[in-house]
Amino acid sequence: MEDNLVFEYVVSREDFTRAGEASADVKKKLKALGVPSGVVRRVSIALYEGEINMVVHAYGGNITVEITSDKIIMLLKDKGPGIPDVEKAMQEGFSTASDSVRALGFGAGMGLPNMKKCSDRMDISTTIGVGTEIKMEVDL
Amino acid sequence: MKISEIVDLLDAECLTGTDMLEKEVKTACGSDMMSDVLAFAKDNAVLMTGLCNPQVIRTAEMLDTPCVIFVRSKRPTQAMIDMAEEREIVVLATNHRMFSTCGILFQAGLTGGEK
Repeated sequence: MEDNLVFEYVVSREDFTRAGEASADVKKKLKALGVPSGVVRRVSIALYEGEINMVVHAYGGNITVEITSDKIIMLLKDKGPGIPDVEKAMQEGFSTASDSVRALGFGAGMGLPNMKKCSDRMDISTTIGVGTEIKMEVDL
Repeated sequence: MKISEIVDLLDAECLTGTDMLEKEVKTACGSDMMSDVLAFAKDNAVLMTGLCNPQVIRTAEMLDTPCVIFVRSKRPTQAMIDMAEEREIVVLATNHRMFSTCGILFQAGLTGGEK
């Protein structure tokens, strides 16, 4: 059996203009591997939304993407304030984003619901004052 | 609709991708919120926005958007234009406001792609 491919990225909160570089790199890799375009699109959107969240809501973190024979697993771990009410955060339109985040084009309250929509499975584990871990899987 | 037709309809300036104006777009999405664009834009859509930061180009990249139109006289930075060029994304700028831009393109047959 072939080994799974694993890619790791550090997401810095320092530079908003660089947010999305990890997602863009994953997208390129998936395309190069010949992954179907619909899957590439779903993974790209889900990962990019997650990466943006790590920059605008948290203090950065780490992304690990694993490609197995039958799915793509994305693990996003941030160091940040955590999510006080996950159920609310999953509602379309609900957002705790500041005006400065909205001015950057994010914080419409669509991020987490869209991440769930784009993935086949999504789990959120969050601790207030420590950070959030989101695991998403997209089947191949 | 060909991007060249969009240039004519909006009296737009092409800031990069002049060699790609014969590309076709199927639908359109207009918003200043990239989260909404990521949630609602359909395949092969032209993106219209008044937001002017590098994440617009990044969003277009994630969605395989062939063309971004900056409305109401917004002009992207050279760094953004370079980013778009590297990703083979056509960048247009028009003086029309968002509502008019959407209206002109809708009237010419481009839709949001909703069923």
